[in-house]
Parts: sequence; C-alpha cells; structure tokens
Amino acid sequence: MAEHTPHADAVDLGPHEHVVSPKLYVGIFAALMVLTYLTVEAAGHDFGIFNTVVALGIASTKALLVIAFFMHVRWAGKLVVLVVASGFVWLGFLILITMSDYLSRGFSLVTG
Amino acid sequence: MPTQPITSETMPKEHYLNADYGIRSWLLTIDHKRIALLYLLSVTVAFALGGAYAVLVRLELLTPAGDFFTAENYNKMFTAHGVIMVFFFMIPAIPATLGNFLLPMMIGAKDLAFPRINLLSWYLYVVGFLVTLGALFVGGLDTGWTFYTPYSTAFANSNVVAAGVGIFISGFSSILTGFNFIVTIHKMRAPGMTWFRMPLFVWAHYATSLIQILGTPVVAVTILMVAAERLFKFGFFDPTRGGDPILFQHLFWFYSHPAVYIMILPAMGVISELVTCFSRKRVFGYDFIAMSSLAIAVLSFLVWAHHMFVSGMSVYAAMIFSALSFLVAIPSAIKVFNWTATLFRGSVSWQTPMLYAMGFIGLFLIGGLTGLFLASVGLDIHVTDTYFIVAHFHYVMVGGTIMAYLGGLHFWWPKMTGRLYPEWWARVSAVLVFVGFNTTFLPQFILGYLGMPRRYYAYPEEFQVLNVMSTAGASILGVGFLLPIFYLAWSMRYGRISSANPWPATGLEWQTPSPPPTENFPRTPVVDEEAYDYTRPPKEIALV
Amino acid sequence: MSDAHAGPLRHHFATLQQQKESATLGMWVFIAQEIMFFGGLFGTYAIYRYLYYAAFEDASHHLDWKLGAINTGVLICSSLTMALAVHAAAVGKGKQIAAWIAATILLGSIFLGVKVVEYKEKFDHHLVPGPKFHYVPHAEAARAADPEIDRHSQIYFSLYFMMTGLHALHMIIGIPLLAWMGWRGWRGEFSALYHSPIEITGLYWHFVDIVWIFLFPLLYLIGHH
Repeated sequence: MAEHTPHADAVDLGPHEHVVSPKLYVGIFAALMVLTYLTVEAAGHDFGIFNTVVALGIASTKALLVIAFFMHVRWAGKLVVLVVASGFVWLGFLILITMSDYLSRGFSLVTG
Repeated sequence: MPTQPITSETMPKEHYLNADYGIRSWLLTIDHKRIALLYLLSVTVAFALGGAYAVLVRLELLTPAGDFFTAENYNKMFTAHGVIMVFFFMIPAIPATLGNFLLPMMIGAKDLAFPRINLLSWYLYVVGFLVTLGALFVGGLDTGWTFYTPYSTAFANSNVVAAGVGIFISGFSSILTGFNFIVTIHKMRAPGMTWFRMPLFVWAHYATSLIQILGTPVVAVTILMVAAERLFKFGFFDPTRGGDPILFQHLFWFYSHPAVYIMILPAMGVISELVTCFSRKRVFGYDFIAMSSLAIAVLSFLVWAHHMFVSGMSVYAAMIFSALSFLVAIPSAIKVFNWTATLFRGSVSWQTPMLYAMGFIGLFLIGGLTGLFLASVGLDIHVTDTYFIVAHFHYVMVGGTIMAYLGGLHFWWPKMTGRLYPEWWARVSAVLVFVGFNTTFLPQFILGYLGMPRRYYAYPEEFQVLNVMSTAGASILGVGFLLPIFYLAWSMRYGRISSANPWPATGLEWQTPSPPPTENFPRTPVVDEEAYDYTRPPKEIALV
Repeated sequence: MSDAHAGPLRHHFATLQQQKESATLGMWVFIAQEIMFFGGLFGTYAIYRYLYYAAFEDASHHLDWKLGAINTGVLICSSLTMALAVHAAAVGKGKQIAAWIAATILLGSIFLGVKVVEYKEKFDHHLVPGPKFHYVPHAEAARAADPEIDRHSQIYFSLYFMMTGLHALHMIIGIPLLAWMGWRGWRGEFSALYHSPIEITGLYWHFVDIVWIFLFPLLYLIGHH
C-alpha cells in the first residue's frame, strides 16, 4: 500500500496513490446509515425552526463523509479541496445573496 | 527594433496545416490548433449573421416611425442580434479561437489536457448554433436575448423552448472549454513554467474558465426551468401560479453578468500581450494584472442585481449590489493603469495590432466609466432600458472585446498561418472600425440620456438626427469589419511569408516555427526566464 | 489518432501520473459545475420554502417518507459498492470490479424503480403540476394558514419533480457509464497502475448520491411528521 508522503515542490502534484481499506468504507457506510436513521427520527420531533438546522446539519455531515472518504478528498491535494470548496462557496453566493433580496423586501427604513 | 515584420523566404516544410489532408482530417481532428481554426470559421459566420440582424435594426431606426418592420418582427430582429452575438460570438470568440490555439503553446504543452473533449466542445457549439438558428429563422424569437418572464414563459408565442435548447447545448460547449483550460493550466505547464512566468494571456483565460465553470450551469438550469414552465406548466416564475418573475432575473443574471467578464477578460489578456510587444517593454505590474484577473472572476459573481434595480427587488439589497458593482471596477482600472505605465518610456510602434490595442484602451475606458454611472442606483433608474445602456455595453463589448479580438487575430495571424496580412489594408480597416464604431455608439449615449427607450422600433421625431448618425456610423463599421474577412483570407494564399517570430515577440509560442508543427515543439521546452523580457533579443528555445 | 499501441498513456501527456491527475482534477472541476447546476434549483427551493413555508410543510406530507428513506439507504449502499469497485481496480482484481459494479447498477435500478412507483402515485393523486393539478391539504389547518395553498403547493411539486427528475436523469446517464466501466474491468483493462476511468466514474456516482442526501430531508421531511 502506498504511503502518504509530502512532496518536494508540491505545487500541482495531485493525489498520491492511496489505496483505502474496504473496512474503512464499510465503517463510513454504517455511519451514513446511522445518520439517515437520525434524520428521520429528528423529523418526528418538533424542534421548531431547528428541524431545518438539524436536517441540513445531518445532510452536510453525510455529504462530508462521502466527499472525504468515498471520494478520497481526505487524501487528495490542496487543489482538489479548493475545487470542492469553491463549488460550495459559489452555491452559497447564489442562495444567500438571492435570499437577501427576499429577506429585505419587507424592510422599511422610511415610514409611510 | 524592426517596425516591419520579419519575413522569410519559405514556409516550414511540415506543419499542422499540411500534416493531413481532407475533410475528415479536419472534422475528426484533435489538434487544438485545427480546432481553433474550426472555431474561427464558425464564430465568423455567427458574427456575420449577428451583424446582418444589426443592419436590419439600424435600418428600421433611420426613421422615427415603425415603417420597416412590424413591432413583433422588430422584436425578433433585435432578439436574434442579441442571442447570436452574445452566445455564439462574444462568449466563444477569443477563448475558443485564440485561446485554443495559443494556450498550450504559451505554456509549452503539446495540446490541451483533453483534446477529444475540445473537439466535442466545437461540435456542441455547432449543434447548439444550428438549433438556435432554426428557432430564430423559423418563426423567430421575440423575447429579447434576456428571455424575461413571465412574457417568455406565459405569453410569448415564439420558439422559446427551441432557442433555449440551442443555447443550453452551446452552454455546455463553453463549460467544457473552461474545464479543459483549467486542467491544462494546472497540469500541463512545461518544466520551469511557474504560475508567475506564464503570459498574462494565460492568466486571463484561467480566470475566464473559472467563470465559465461556475456560472454557465446556473443559466443552463434556468433555461430548463423556463422550458418546464412552458411545456409542463410548472409555475416557478408565473405570479398566477405562485411564482416570482424576479427570481428568473436573479438566476439569469447570476450567470449573465459574469458572462460579460467571460467576454472581456480574454480581451484584456490579449491587450497585455499586444501592449508589451509594441512598447518593447516588460509589462508594468505583472503581478497586479495577474491577480486582478482573478479578482474580477470572483467579484463578477457578486454584482448581478445591478441589472435589476428597477425590477421590484428590495431597495436595500440593491444598495449592496450597487456598492459591490463599484468595487468590481477597481481591478479593471488597475489593468488600464498598468498598460498605460507599460507604454510610458516604451519604444512604441504602430502596427495594426497596436492600433487595435490603443483603440481598446480608450473605448474600454469610456465603456467602463459609463458602467460606473450605471452602478449608481439613482442614475441607473433614469437611464435603464434606454439607449444609454445599449451604448455602454457596446462600448465594452465592441470597443473593448471585438477590438482586442481583431488585434489578437492580426498579431497571431503569422503564427497561425505562416503568412503576413497586408499592413496597409489592415490599418485602414482598424481606422474604419474606430471611426465607424464611435459614430455609431457615441450618439446613443446622448439618445439614452435624453430618454429614447431601447427595444422600441419607433421614437420621437427629435431623436432622428442622432439615429441617422448612428446608422451611418454602422455602415462604416460594417465596412471595417468586412475588410479583414477578405484580406485575411487573401493572405492565406498570397500574403508574404512570415518568419517564425516576425514582430519579434517574447513567449514560447513564438519560439517555434510559423505555422507550428502538430506537436507544437520538437522537444519539450524548459523555461528559465520571466515573461516579457524585451531587454534581450528573443532566444531560441532551450530544449530538453 | 488512436494510441492503442502505446497503452493507456495518451500522446500529449508526459507521464501516466500527469494523465491521472488531469483526469481526476477534470472530474472535480466538472463536479463543481454540477454543484452549480443543481444549485439553481436548490436556490429556487430555498426562496420558495422561505416564502411559502406552511404550504411546503403540508405538501411534504404527501410524500411517502418511508420510500424516501429506503431510497436513501439504497443509494448510500450503492456508493459503498462503487467505492469497493474502485478499490478492486486499485488492487488489480478485474472480475471483482465487474461484480461490485453490477451491484451498484442493481441498487441504482432499485432506486429508479421506487421513483417510478412514487411518480405514479403522484400522478394518481393529481399532484403533477399542470391543468390536472388538484391539491387536497394534508392537515386541516393548512388552508387556513395559507389561503393560496393551491398555488403554493404547486410550486412545491414543480420543484419536487424538477429536482428529483434531474437527479434521476443523472442516474440514468450514470448507469450505462457504470456498465461500460464494469465491462472494461471484466476484460482486464484496469490495473493498479491505470484505473482512473473507473475512479472518476465513481466520483460522478458519489456526487449523484450527495445530491440525494440533500434532497431527501429537504423534500420529504419538512417540518415534522
């Protein structure tokens, strides 16, 4: 199995060959199933606004597990991490900034 | 320093143009240089068609009454002009022609990272173009290139879905080109070609590719939503079904604003190359120009709602977008200052590419500054949907991008074809373009400010003089654009033979024969000096 | 033009490592693009859920969360089998690749089968947007909470069909790609040294799983049940 060693001038050398043990995959799979159960369970309770927070939090955790372990980003270079992060940051731009329009339509700094 | 390009007695014996013959060798090529020429042909056709529609629009506007077309047909004319020019000329023009041709060579690579996907990009472009043309010719599209809802989803009787499908397909052409460039720049640079030794043209295309990847999919899915609304009666943007038309505008402009930077960034990359070569001087502030390209790519995604100030969106959000829009002008200004500083104390010569470059700097300045007027919410409300806007974006798109495109095309023509274009004809064309352009669009600033609305086929009598002037300018501009098509084609057969590096210019692409061999470099070059070193004579490539 | 004689190394790459890194980076850049592609729909969802929460909550109860949960489990399982297929390729076990891929395809097909069942159910209950849409609120108080619930629930279902439909389309495209990889694996075309096609296909499949990971709670579990 190849080791994970740092590179000399690692500017653009991407992922080192890293073979992941099937046991780890099964472990992650178990975690994902547990989280799926949790999200269904949490939906059965009334946490008010926090239902949404919990649901998204669990979904994000699951996504992170898939990305880090099934998709090997845990062992990938900084560049891949940057690409993944950029995708989500841009998604954030789209959703949050568009939302800011809808959230602030009702504001009124001027009476009348 | 020669003011005449260096000629040669003979062409190289074997190069990418004669490496293989027959239509199959072109239609099934994976050589990035041949694909670039395929694109050159296609975008020229698109430009001619888009230009023809512009002619029709300007003919109608010679007279105050709507007497040439019906109102609905006039809508179809300006829509066709916009759709063709934006999606099938402006977006691909520099990246898919000059970018495709030069990018691998500038970094010392044999080809792009994914040559077959590059060819696929071209086919997607062609198919998208044909589908869209079908929609435009048969029945027509009258929504404006911006497809605003609910008109486009609930009321238009025109071929919205068909045109949308065509644009969707060509969008993937753009995405794949961007994706190819990003991977190529990261992974295929020659030994010694560090990021900060790369030509600024490459930096510009990297930033452009970021925008293509992150922005285009949003408009793609928005087109699907519009199609779903028309075909299946989903109600995303229809108020009668609970939807919000302004949401369409958010989704549309999230891409379409960064899209204009897809159009201008490669042009700025070209200008960096031209200014440095024709001042015989290292570009001033290389790091700042490189970083400003990235800054533009990021900031361009944060300003889109300045297209929506009058839409009914929140005024408070509008103010934030206004402030951000002022911010995005800063990196562009940095570039203009640095180009000017490059010229200072340089040894300036006035070949055609430099004429276009100087034209770019002046006209982009006007276009960019008027953009600042529009970033101010108060002023924008007054001039939005008037000819002021039309003038603004034509100044940056035509006075900016198209002039840079023509400048770049002339500059690298010897590299691409092994021939020199006829300098006198080229200079005449450049002057005609400059004069014609300003005569066409300067009056439009005034018209817009006085209140003439855009997308109207009739206007008050008092605006006729300026409109006639604008149409007259368009005729001159048309001649200026047509001439290169003829003399460039002529030069491919009869032009003087160019040396490998006629100007001469720095850069790896000039250190290989003109035209280059299929594999670009006989052996992989090794880079050991900074970009744009004009203090020394151009060296032979150091071979591995 | 083909490089069959040179093995898997394409002519424009210097080394197999460079080729592999390019392929991997390329697929990640493509995935970033896909995030934005679905992102337009997630953004639309966020806006309308904010505006019409009561209608969305009520409409969500029309979905069978048990089927959704089963499908989530199925898809996560398929990600496991996909990861194991890539592992088999990395250790050079060609026949195993094909077996794990077959399992992945099977699980993916089960997912799609369940979706067909769900879609048919929506159709039968007049919950497909369009002229035949007819909404019966799940909770008594729903119409009082939102008098426009007929229109707003139609937005919910438009999003439901568009998002799950686009997701399903990505799976429908993925399955033949998987089959092709399985075929190549069976024929011994992959080795420890060269298996990036299957690796990047795996990345695509995992991404499709991640989209569903978000779709499930957002569509099926709004509010509480």
